[in-house]
Amino acid sequence: MAEFTLPKNSKIKPGKTFSAADGATRKKTFRIYRWDPDAGENPRMDTYEVDLDKFGPMVLDAVIYIKNEIDSTLTFRRSCREGICGSCAMNIGGTNTLACTKAIEDFSGDISIYPLPHMPVVKDLVPDLTHFYAQYTSIKPWMQTQSPPPPDAERLQSKEERAKLDGLYECILCACCSTSCPSYWWNSDRYLGPAILLQAYRWIVDSRDEYTGERLDELEDPFRLYRCHTIMNCTNTCPKGLNPAKAIAEIKKLMVSRSF
Amino acid sequence: MSLQTPLARARGLGSAKEGLHHWWAQRLTALALVPLSLWFIYSLVVVTGAEYSIIIAWLGQTINVVLMLLFLFALYYHTALGVQVVIEDYIDSEWQKIACLILVKFLVWLAGLSAAVSVLKIYLGL
Repeated sequence: MAEFTLPKNSKIKPGKTFSAADGATRKKTFRIYRWDPDAGENPRMDTYEVDLDKFGPMVLDAVIYIKNEIDSTLTFRRSCREGICGSCAMNIGGTNTLACTKAIEDFSGDISIYPLPHMPVVKDLVPDLTHFYAQYTSIKPWMQTQSPPPPDAERLQSKEERAKLDGLYECILCACCSTSCPSYWWNSDRYLGPAILLQAYRWIVDSRDEYTGERLDELEDPFRLYRCHTIMNCTNTCPKGLNPAKAIAEIKKLMVSRSF
Repeated sequence: MSLQTPLARARGLGSAKEGLHHWWAQRLTALALVPLSLWFIYSLVVVTGAEYSIIIAWLGQTINVVLMLLFLFALYYHTALGVQVVIEDYIDSEWQKIACLILVKFLVWLAGLSAAVSVLKIYLGL
């Protein structure tokens, strides 16, 4: 059966409390998921009380401050700090989002931070995305053509054709959507999930690509595509404001179109 | 332990090249069930409390028996498709999944055919 409760060794215990908010006028409490594969202990929630005047306005600013000034053992991914690399995707205040583009002031009370849900954890806030990336590779995310490119020009695309990629090309593969999807939680071994299906659709609608049929063939599967039950968590959570659920619906419509 | 590459694991056994029919049939039966269910509920309200002979006569009319059979077909077909999705979603073990799917198919055929034959018996006056 699908696992609805955490296994014994994954049950979260209360952790340590660090206070670095002496004399703070704007105090904020962060509760952060901690797990160390080498310690052999259960995961725990550590509490950090911080002074909001000591760092910038985003959740990532707070997490970096905590690592630099309070607890250097805290592990997380981050790179661009402007919402384009997708590294700092985590579950913040119950929603998957990018720590770098999420403002602290969006939350009224304490802020809880967990790694992306239902993925193997490498350490603390770092999930193992190996399978997610392998699924991305499996959809062949590059242009496939039989016709050679024009000898003296790029492969051309009209403005209308290019416009079809809007709302798709912006996806940064942060995995917020896929890891918010219950269908992906239960069946990610075979279901591709919203992020990968949106990427697949990005190549299906690209007017320059000549392997649309083969791409649809590869997706037509009870698990790869049809595990999507239009739950819409993906669209709700996307930190880039994209609509993976719509991309998936478009793929399903193309499946119908080509059979009549 | 497995030394398979992540890509080999992601590709798995490949695409089944199937699933559209299931998805489409689920939507068509859902669509058909909207008017058929309304008709069924309306009919229940009308015939409830009537005498046995009147209900038998009502089901003896061709239009009613056709709608009733369509309703039963859409209902049981939709049920089978829906329960199949639930089983595939939540049952991880391969043999348990297959066993449940077979069991549900058999039960739905049993229930659906029994209902259809009962309706036909009344219609044909057997």
